[in-house]
Amino acid sequence: MSGPKEKDKFDNKTVQWINDRLPIFTMMGKEYGQFQVPKNFNYFWNFGAIAMIMLGIMIVTGVFMAMNYVPSATDAFASIQHTEREVNYGWLLRYMHMNGASFFFIAVYIHIFRGLYYGSYKKPRELVWIFGVLLMLLMMATAFLGYTLPWSQMSGWGATVITNLFSAIPLFGGGIVTWLWGGFSVGQPTLNRFYALHFLLPFIICAVVFIHVWALHVSGSNNPAGVEPKSGKDTVPFHPYYTAKDSFGTVVFMTIYFAVVFFAPLILANPDHFKPFNPLQTPPEIVPEWYFLPFYAMLRSFTVGIKILGVTLISAKQQGVAAMFGSILILFFLPWLDKSPVRSARFRPVFKWALRLLVLNMVMLTYAGGLPAAGMALVMGRVGAAYYYFFFLVLLPYLGKNEKTLPLPESISEDYAACHPVIGGAKKALLPLALGLTMALAPHHAQAAEGTPPLPKISWPEQGIFGHYDKAALQRGFQIYRQVCSNCHSMKYVYYRNLEELGYTPDQVKALAATYQITDGPNENGQMYQRPGRPTDRLKAPFANPEQARAALNGALPPDMSNLVNAREGGPDYIYAILTGYEPAPNGFDLMAGHMYNKYFPGHQIAMPQPLTAGQVQFEDGTPNSLDNEARDVAQFLDWASNPHMEQRKQMGLKVILFMLAFAGILLATKRKVWSDVT
Amino acid sequence: MDQAVKKGATRRDFLYLTAGAMGAVGVGSAAWPLIDSMNPAADTLALGSTEVDISKVEVGSALTAVWRGSPLFIRHRTPDEIKSVRNMDWQSLRDAQSDEDRTLKAEWIVIKGVCTHLGCIPLGQKAGDPRGEFNGWFCPCHGSQYDVSGRIRKGPAPLNMFVPPYKFVTDTLLHVGDGHEFPNPGF
Ligand code: FES
Repeated sequence: MSGPKEKDKFDNKTVQWINDRLPIFTMMGKEYGQFQVPKNFNYFWNFGAIAMIMLGIMIVTGVFMAMNYVPSATDAFASIQHTEREVNYGWLLRYMHMNGASFFFIAVYIHIFRGLYYGSYKKPRELVWIFGVLLMLLMMATAFLGYTLPWSQMSGWGATVITNLFSAIPLFGGGIVTWLWGGFSVGQPTLNRFYALHFLLPFIICAVVFIHVWALHVSGSNNPAGVEPKSGKDTVPFHPYYTAKDSFGTVVFMTIYFAVVFFAPLILANPDHFKPFNPLQTPPEIVPEWYFLPFYAMLRSFTVGIKILGVTLISAKQQGVAAMFGSILILFFLPWLDKSPVRSARFRPVFKWALRLLVLNMVMLTYAGGLPAAGMALVMGRVGAAYYYFFFLVLLPYLGKNEKTLPLPESISEDYAACHPVIGGAKKALLPLALGLTMALAPHHAQAAEGTPPLPKISWPEQGIFGHYDKAALQRGFQIYRQVCSNCHSMKYVYYRNLEELGYTPDQVKALAATYQITDGPNENGQMYQRPGRPTDRLKAPFANPEQARAALNGALPPDMSNLVNAREGGPDYIYAILTGYEPAPNGFDLMAGHMYNKYFPGHQIAMPQPLTAGQVQFEDGTPNSLDNEARDVAQFLDWASNPHMEQRKQMGLKVILFMLAFAGILLATKRKVWSDVT
Repeated sequence: MDQAVKKGATRRDFLYLTAGAMGAVGVGSAAWPLIDSMNPAADTLALGSTEVDISKVEVGSALTAVWRGSPLFIRHRTPDEIKSVRNMDWQSLRDAQSDEDRTLKAEWIVIKGVCTHLGCIPLGQKAGDPRGEFNGWFCPCHGSQYDVSGRIRKGPAPLNMFVPPYKFVTDTLLHVGDGHEFPNPGF
């Protein structure tokens, strides 16, 4: 932008040639090579780099997901299933992308906490902070849009609830919501535009990240002492000191991320996210992803409108929506709410504890947001919202003027010498990491169906890091499916050829498929016709369409079974429990006509007549046909159907984790070597 | 001279401002088609009305139809239910409306089955569904409770459930989407 300058000299001719025309190497050298950074960073300072890496992972996995995704209200759900089941490493793409969002938020929330704790939002870094808050908002929007794309129950209803927030706007609300939907409810036009925006926003995020980092490089980094560097003794060049340290931290973080991706990919997912969207039926509970729960809890905690002379001025809904959006907007003003001249919480004894309390408050809100909206959850939501606003609007301005701060260190070097070696530094960063993970997991374990006994815990052979399916059991389970379940339940994402994974030979599969008559066509006369099944056909469905199923089955619609284990809280345990949970209804229980009593079914009234009884299926391999055995085998078979790549996933996971640990070791050694000359 | 300079300056300012304003108008008018393209398309709008056969809905039971992609709740109310929503002090309700203002015939309540809080579908249509304290509908999402007139009685929702325009073609055939327009305050 400025005129010709004296030119940098490079040894490599090509580099020189490029640099003379586009001084990119000069810039890189300036911004990363010689860029001076305080030398006393602790591991909290890793999370900016980690967030950047996560953004990269999300974009890359997202683009490849997009190559297989169909943004159609009828096909989106199936296209995700197709990605997971049929596309090479499709399951890996999906699990990395969906868990990547959670880990991106973990990294960003810790990064934000670090900014709060060490006062990084204060002069002269106000714009760094403001663009950071903007980034968080953009991330939230992107995450929300992405969550609707699988077009599951959670997708569709999450989209409905969130878009309806805008109906709280006076006068224009209704029009805005219709405009957002492109229709009268969440439907095809909504999905299509959300897809377009979900693809677009990450690139806008990249642009804002660039501005965020640019502004940071103008003001320079803050540091744990919160005092500005005074001399060259206070700083080190970014490269190699922080490239080494950031690489190490990133690899440790990624190891945890990969552990989840490969060994517990669904641990953060809601089972309703694996049921296709039904616009006419809301799931019993709508729970957003964990990273939205604190805000969702605030949204729900208002239940009484403000009335004057019988006219509602501000409805409960408007209060909730304002509290939720306000909680994020307030962050934009943080640099002016907190005027304390001291940055780091280390020297602000009251602020430090108030902030730690705020973190606990957020954990409580997360927990409350995951509970059904009644009783204690509402109370926690109100208390949490009250403290949140109290902290930012009352406490911060007050402390900024009146807090007795501790004496600041003379310089960064002095602080570094006093705190070094900071063995506690790594531990300190691990604590919020652990806190972030608990936050993510808290709501998941808070949910248990009311009024039903805890599910029996079966030890499945496929459980655990080394677990794998028992092929004989899978074959028996398939036999039960064929002879019993398939009379009512389809399995439309499973093909006959997939059965080879159960240990059948290709010829056996061919023969088996041929025993079914499949509708194909149209032929050259324009007629549909029947032909014997082939291995490339999907398992034959018992009914041509849901209406036919309902007509035949008293109005009940048996769910498709290909994904059933993932779509039920408790997975195979739940399947086993339901199959063995039939009992005569207790005295006084009012059973509806056409329903059976099942002690594990939510509400206890199940439309499915008891499907399995002892001795019902004669196993081809002669295994005793007790109800217990039958239920186990079919549950394991359904687990396989839902997670066909489980074994490949875990094997790959082991290699990846071992590699990452070794990589982390090497990077730690490198980092130590690089830092050995810093005193 | 001085005058001439000033005159030139005013003229220049005027031109600058006019050019700037025209640019703004141009960009603004170009933006409108983009924004409006996101509103419901013609074919979506065309699907605005539907007919529902209610001959098989017995007293005390309900039927869920689909209207504009959302469920339409139709309930055949019992005399007791009618009494419970008519003989009461409706002026003090959150969204004050009389049952008479929400129905064409006392036995039939027809509403769009969408909770006015955040758009979930309340329960209460099927036998065995929870119906809340007012025996109408109960929204599972955040616990809003509606009476048998579809009026909000408890919970976070601000408004009564929406009554679509409809008319009776015959005693047992409903036409929903146009017809009698109901006052729906707040919509
Ligand atoms: S959507 Fe019905 S109570 Fe919130």
